[in-house]
Amino acid sequence: MNHPHTDTGPRSTAELAPEPAVRVQDLTKEYPGGIQALDKVTFDMPKGELTSIIGPSGCGKTTTLKIIAGLIEPSAGEVMVYGKAVRGPGPERAFVFQEFALLPWATVLRNVAFGLELRGVGKKEREDMAREYIVKMNLAGFEDAYPHQLSGGMRQRVGLARAMAVDADILLMDEPFASVDEQIRRKFQEDLLHLLSVEKKSVVFVTHSIEEAVYVSDQIVILTRGPAHVSKVVRPGIDRSGDSQEIRRSPGYLDSVENIWDELREYLEE
Amino acid sequence: MTLLGRRIPMAFSLAIWCLVWEVIGRMEVISLIPPFTEVLRALFVVTPSQDFKTAATITFQAFAIGMGLGLVVGIVMGILMGRIRAFGELMGMWVNIFESSPLTAIVPALMAILGFGLPTMIVTVFLFSVWVIALDTQVGVERVNPSLIEMGRSFGANNRILFTRIVFFAALPELLAGIRLGLIRGLKGVIIGQLLIAVVGVGYLFELYSRNFLMPEFWALLIVIFGFAFIASEIVGYFERKVSFYAKSR
Ligand SMILES: Nc1ncnc2c1ncn2[C@@H]1O[C@H](COP(=O)(O)OP(=O)(O)OP(=O)(O)O)[C@@H](O)[C@H]1O
Ligand SMILES: [Mg+2]
Repeated sequence: MNHPHTDTGPRSTAELAPEPAVRVQDLTKEYPGGIQALDKVTFDMPKGELTSIIGPSGCGKTTTLKIIAGLIEPSAGEVMVYGKAVRGPGPERAFVFQEFALLPWATVLRNVAFGLELRGVGKKEREDMAREYIVKMNLAGFEDAYPHQLSGGMRQRVGLARAMAVDADILLMDEPFASVDEQIRRKFQEDLLHLLSVEKKSVVFVTHSIEEAVYVSDQIVILTRGPAHVSKVVRPGIDRSGDSQEIRRSPGYLDSVENIWDELREYLEE
Repeated sequence: MTLLGRRIPMAFSLAIWCLVWEVIGRMEVISLIPPFTEVLRALFVVTPSQDFKTAATITFQAFAIGMGLGLVVGIVMGILMGRIRAFGELMGMWVNIFESSPLTAIVPALMAILGFGLPTMIVTVFLFSVWVIALDTQVGVERVNPSLIEMGRSFGANNRILFTRIVFFAALPELLAGIRLGLIRGLKGVIIGQLLIAVVGVGYLFELYSRNFLMPEFWALLIVIFGFAFIASEIVGYFERKVSFYAKSR
């Protein structure tokens, strides 16, 4: 499925340079108060791929993602989605929040359907759609539960299901698995990979975990310590046909993890 | 209430207090306190009387109109103060001053301007209730989790939708607390206003009973007003309890 950069993939036979789903160009962000978060961040996010953003804590990963989502305006630079400059949120993008952002007064069903509700989809239709993703996210039986009755991992899955249910082409996920323990995290990674192989989406995925980035990504964007710029873009090229234990022991996987460690280490040691 | 480590039902503890009241009343130590049974008897004399009906009608009218205005103005003001920083800073000081000031003092001035009738009572209720409603609404709106707003925007919600689907519900626990306090203060306002005016409504009755030393009637009237305040605040409390499950986990 994934090959090193030498292979340009089948799409390039039709067009010379396939248009990326998202193009991030020279993004600079200075927050009011003078904190500079981003310094000319530039990368492309190819269609149908999973791109991870990794970098030191507080370097500007969430900021980058929110600018792509159209939730924050950059101070300079531009985000293009399918070749069009982003001016705000759009139906082709859905956001998964680091802190879940679930409505505490609404049931799981209403929360999962809430993205569709805000987009004006009728009650019957949106609830049918929500139920489908509730099942896919292993939340069946919890339709009528409220967020405070769920574990952190389940809440995160509600947030994921809500983003999936609006059927956006581009998923922007901010540390979606940060709040779950290692075992469940690995299961989520499998689920995500499975879901993506079925649903064909382009994903930007922020994570703290190098192992996770290497395991799930087609492409990894490594950011420097803030103000962030792109230190390196790596394509791990992991063959994911085998079972997960095997993949995690394979030389390709281990090498990639080691390389990224080396890349990041210099920012951590400063 | 608990006694010897056992929970006592509220009705039971109420009964004990009534008994204590009865005993003190029968001992005739304080002439202000008639026996409880006397008060109960008076309750059945007072409430059907024409005097009471007239007083209750005008009191309720003043309360309802003043409260309605207080709710609308207080909620709108609180929302604006919470959502528009400049407006919040502009108004914050004044609202806080009025909220904590002894407003009773301005009722005579209102009387001088608006006369001895309904308008004075309405404005009194309004002034007593509006500030706490505005302040609590503001707190509720300001405390709305910003990531919920971002979530709404990310799914394309405009300001109106954000408000009606997210901000309103997120602020509801504080809003209801403000409404409950506002109701109680509004009721205080209408009674205090009438006592100062002394020629209308329940205030007139209080004046009448105490002047003629009709203590059972006086207490009966007080019980009616307590009962009304209790029921009004319990109704809001009922809704507060309905939202309390998420108030803690926002
Ligand atoms: N609204 C804001 N106002 C001012 N400064 C902000 C704001 N949001 C973020 N920052 C600052 O910008 C920098 C980047 O923040 P950001 O949240 O993008 O980092 P991050 O890489 O997502 O961090 P983490 O790994 O902790 O999630 C930080 O120094 C942060 O303090
Ligand atoms: Mg972050």
